Amino acid sequence: MRRLTWFNATSLTLGFAFLYLPMIILITYSFNESKLVTVWAGFSTKWYGELLSNQSFLDAAWVTVKVAVASSTIATILGTMAALVLVRAGRFYGRTLFSGMIYAPLVMPEVITGLSLLLLFIGIGLDRGIFTIILAHTTFSMCFVSVVVSSRLATFDRSLEEAALDLGCSAFDAFRLVTLPIIAPAVISGWLLAFTLSLDDLVIASFTAGPSATTLPIKIWSAVRLGVSPEINALSTIMIGIVAVGVISASLITKRASLRQQADERAAVHA
Amino acid sequence: MRRFTLIFLPYIWLLALFMVPFLIVFKISLSDIATAIPPYTPTLDFTEGWQGIKAFFSALDLENFAFLTTDDLYWKAYVSSLQIAFFATFLTLLVGYPIAYGMANAPDHWRPTLMMLVILPFWTSFLIRVYSWMGILSTEGYLNQLLLKLGLISEPLIILNTPTAVYIGIVYTYLPFMILPIYSALERMDGSLLEAAEDLGCSRIKAFWLITVPLSKTGIIAGCFLVFIPVIGEFVIPSLLGGSQTLMIGKVLWEEFFNNRDWPVASAVAVVLLLILIVPIVLFQRNEQKQREAEE
Repeated sequence: MRRLTWFNATSLTLGFAFLYLPMIILITYSFNESKLVTVWAGFSTKWYGELLSNQSFLDAAWVTVKVAVASSTIATILGTMAALVLVRAGRFYGRTLFSGMIYAPLVMPEVITGLSLLLLFIGIGLDRGIFTIILAHTTFSMCFVSVVVSSRLATFDRSLEEAALDLGCSAFDAFRLVTLPIIAPAVISGWLLAFTLSLDDLVIASFTAGPSATTLPIKIWSAVRLGVSPEINALSTIMIGIVAVGVISASLITKRASLRQQADERAAVHA
Repeated sequence: MRRFTLIFLPYIWLLALFMVPFLIVFKISLSDIATAIPPYTPTLDFTEGWQGIKAFFSALDLENFAFLTTDDLYWKAYVSSLQIAFFATFLTLLVGYPIAYGMANAPDHWRPTLMMLVILPFWTSFLIRVYSWMGILSTEGYLNQLLLKLGLISEPLIILNTPTAVYIGIVYTYLPFMILPIYSALERMDGSLLEAAEDLGCSRIKAFWLITVPLSKTGIIAGCFLVFIPVIGEFVIPSLLGGSQTLMIGKVLWEEFFNNRDWPVASAVAVVLLLILIVPIVLFQRNEQKQREAEE
């Protein structure tokens, strides 16, 4: 029954046109000569030049990258631990609360998460800045990481790990040498997800940033509230480009990895 | 011991940075606004011992919640958020289902690419995706230019800063959340069921309603909740595309906090928003549970 009828072809064409046209228009107009964003006046890369010479954007970009790398790395470690707890720890005191706290941030409106963290930071007298954004981002993205990793752990064959333990591996070595390589794709995609979430976040960062640290989304936000601007179009194009390269290469890598894994498994069966 | 560390670290982190902040929000929602640092009373003072704690608790009240019911703005904002979320979810389903259906029926070797094309926008900045519509929908925007050139309209349409723009923005940004669960439900479907129905004289449209739709029900429900729940508290879309006409509670909370600096009322708004969200979240969890049980 897999056939491409005219109906399916039309809905796919229209659907993907809807998903991609706004971004294609944005990218096209970032190369527009004119300051008036809606009037085409010839090809130019001058807005990229203006953008790269604008120190405040560069500063914001640097803050954003620092926050994203730090928070996604801590979130991956904590999230993987949390996934191990969820899948393996069995019953312990407060388990329901624990899994509740893992799943709740996924559906929590950002305005509430942001507000509550800000009130905490003020309550304990922590100065707001890069550090508080990292704490905030780590907290919500570790939950995403743990969901991604725990779905991989749930299908993991534990007998492999038991075999390693029987053959004299310490529990930590068994984790490092057997479990981790197998769940690695999930851990990596968890990290990437956390990284992107942090890169993207406007609302929580606005609450927790304070005056000393400005991230790129906060910077973009204050610019676009005044309307469409060619510099922001250029910046958006750069960000879309980075994401596109990242997603496409990641999907190629996972495809290669899964092909290799299949080959390995076949070899193991035949050996 | 190792097991203890494993549990202990993420547990403590979430307690300190997720649970405690909530309790603080809850507590401040019961406090009164004050011109002080922090701008609310009472604050807990342990130096006064038991008397201090007693004074603290007796100063807490439901005044802010009463205030939410007296001012029209708040309950209107809650109702309009729910309405917008409801209609936007329905529209997203109408747009998303045919795409998911087309994907599930596409030739096998196309599907990884189609899948990647749906996921790609999801990794792209939310803010940028919403922003991209500002240029399209504004009065001098690309859509109006196109329609004027084609002679379909004689005056530019006013779309930006209206609820229509908010709906477009929501459908656009949340579409992948609707497509993916429906697609995964449709993909698992056994095609021979449809063949059997056709052999037995069922028309294709009837077969669609009697077989395809019921079998993709879990995907539809999951997709709808994945759109409905986050849209209720949405802030970016109504602020950039909705203008002053669109009232949504996420925006009200933001303004209450950043513009009016009324922390206790902002906290009360947050608590009520959470209470409203509990219902769809519990229903969503139940749907997921049912799906898991069905798979086992």
